[in-house]
Amino acid sequence: MRAKVLAVWAAGCLGAGSAMAAEQVVEVVHWWTSGGEAAALNVLKQDMQKRGYGWKDSPVAGGGGDQARTVLRARVAAGNPPEAMQMLGYIITDYAEEGLLGDLTPVAVKEGWALVVPAPLQKFDQYKGHWVAAPVNIHRTNWIWANKKIFDQLKIAPPKTFDELLAAADKIKKAGYIPLAHGGQPWQDATIFDSAVMSAGGPEFYRKALIELDPNALGSKTMEKAFEQMQKLHGLLDPNYPNRDWNLATAMVINGKAGMQIMGDWAKGEFLKAGKKPGVDFLCFQYPGTEGTFSFNSDAFAMFKVAKSQEAGQLALASAIMDKGFQEQFNLVKGSIPARMDVSDAKFDACGKKSMADLRIALKNNAMVGSFAHGHAVPESLKGAMIDVVTNFFNKGGSPAEATKQLVAAVQNAK
Amino acid sequence: METTDSGASATQEAPRFSRRLQQWLPKLVLSPTLLITLVFVYGFILWTSYLSFTKSRGYPVHELVGFLQYARVWAQPRWSVAIHNLAIFGVLYVAICLFLGLLLAILLDQRIRQEGTLRAIFLYPMALSFIVTGTAWKWMLNPGLGIEKLVREWGWTGFKFDWIVNEDMAIYTVVIAAVWQASGFVMAMFLAGLRGIDQDIIKAASIDGATLPRIYWRIIIPQLRPVFLSSVVILAHLAIKSYDLVVALTGGGPGYATDLPSLFMYAHTFTRNQLGMGAASAVMMLLTVAAIMVPYLYSEVRHARAGGH
Repeated sequence: MRAKVLAVWAAGCLGAGSAMAAEQVVEVVHWWTSGGEAAALNVLKQDMQKRGYGWKDSPVAGGGGDQARTVLRARVAAGNPPEAMQMLGYIITDYAEEGLLGDLTPVAVKEGWALVVPAPLQKFDQYKGHWVAAPVNIHRTNWIWANKKIFDQLKIAPPKTFDELLAAADKIKKAGYIPLAHGGQPWQDATIFDSAVMSAGGPEFYRKALIELDPNALGSKTMEKAFEQMQKLHGLLDPNYPNRDWNLATAMVINGKAGMQIMGDWAKGEFLKAGKKPGVDFLCFQYPGTEGTFSFNSDAFAMFKVAKSQEAGQLALASAIMDKGFQEQFNLVKGSIPARMDVSDAKFDACGKKSMADLRIALKNNAMVGSFAHGHAVPESLKGAMIDVVTNFFNKGGSPAEATKQLVAAVQNAK
Repeated sequence: METTDSGASATQEAPRFSRRLQQWLPKLVLSPTLLITLVFVYGFILWTSYLSFTKSRGYPVHELVGFLQYARVWAQPRWSVAIHNLAIFGVLYVAICLFLGLLLAILLDQRIRQEGTLRAIFLYPMALSFIVTGTAWKWMLNPGLGIEKLVREWGWTGFKFDWIVNEDMAIYTVVIAAVWQASGFVMAMFLAGLRGIDQDIIKAASIDGATLPRIYWRIIIPQLRPVFLSSVVILAHLAIKSYDLVVALTGGGPGYATDLPSLFMYAHTFTRNQLGMGAASAVMMLLTVAAIMVPYLYSEVRHARAGGH
């Protein structure tokens, strides 16, 4: 009896000892601080604990991540980077170019990421053939979210062309509602610009102008058409739009004060939190002229170059992020779709299912492009200068031809 | 006063030592501060100036490119807007604050009842952070939520006060919020200055038959020159420093209509990976301030040394 007790006790000690020795902590910096996002991230935390790693949460509040990136910059300059950091698009490339990111290729090859992650995402999550970041989701920016009650009341169908959109907006305005809810912040103006350029010229033009920065495309009549669309859309706004937060604009659609909002699918998260159901309370459809195209932005956790002893934790985190169960659970809450294409769409709602189906179609037709407004088309330095031109034109007005010339000049100056 | 023979040499040395200590102690106590200021203020000013001549993007790169970054900053239409806004904002802010502060101080100085309470009420806005001021005024100036809606509900349905969403007028809303915050502080400084004025001169002037406004204009206000100097220095640096107020109030304004050099610098240095351009804009901000403050300080100090009191 005594020997049994001793044996169990010894085993317990050894077990505890080895657990404590292996309890490595992985520090993760992110800005997913809202209720649903934090709960979804908790799933990842529990998974890491099951794998035997501790999780040090370092959230920096601030929706777009500007504050988090400033904190990160200071830490990297001080030589104290975290193990993982939430990053999007060209920011990953910028950090990889400076040689600050680690290598996830061992776990990527073992789990076969290259087969399930769409190629446009791989462009950002890899650098010179090595995997440097693990993608969490895929957001799409060319959505319009509409209040179904208003649309049914006025007998409007989701517009298929830009003129139909203007006609629908006119009906909504006459009925006393605000046609387009919008928050006048530069990134929101740029999100509309994404769709306007795609609608005016299609994915090939989008690629030439906003990704390859071909001066002929940037200065072309097609770009002027995109600016014209922006100009017309500006006429559909209410006078209080400057500096309004995006979720307040979404609230206007949820509460039936406004008919539509042009926003990425994180807006769906707002609808779901308010208890609204797609197809019942709200409609989701593509910006007219962008059917079948997919302008995406993808959150990924980039892994920094750290001491050898901490690398195992990073690889475990990367593996946990790419786990199918986590991808499904997280994206159900966030409103986006999984970064892995082999996750089933059974549990996703109608808009999510549409997004996942459109992803496959867009990939087949080479119509999937990185979102310009969200840092997946050009690096930050160029993006900032171009968004300046877009937001100035959207708010101040002027001629589309003049704005197009300014856009070309801004790109030249910022290169 | 005993002088013992045995301690004769000791007492001779003790005063010399304590005298030396008295001489050196102030310098000793100030030297850490001086050192820190030299390194962290002037040293880093030099570092930023150096960076403005390099090709730095996200992190410092030691490759000199002459005045390229300055040219790139001036080529941005946003920079011209920012400088223009700084001129409007700075001049209006300093002038209105000085005027209101002086007016309030003179009125409070008239030996009224409850002066202490009134003084505290006027001074409280200074205790708020710029973010709070900006957010509160953003709500008050919003046409759909604030003053315009209130006055319309009171009956004047044609009332319009939508400056904050107007491209051309938005900068004046920043002036309103900033003046509200700082005039109490300027008032307190002027009040202290007024209290320090010799009453005999005023009595003599009133015996000579001068009216009160004339006394103020001719005698009292000129004696407040040091207070003007301090106020202008503080207000000018607050004006240049205004970043959080603008971000909270207008977020840079409709488009970038309320952009200021401080916002421009922050955006380019930290968000857009254009360290060289940010450093160039910061150096230009510094030169602008120096161009105004250095002659002013020099003339004031010279005046104080030559005539003054």
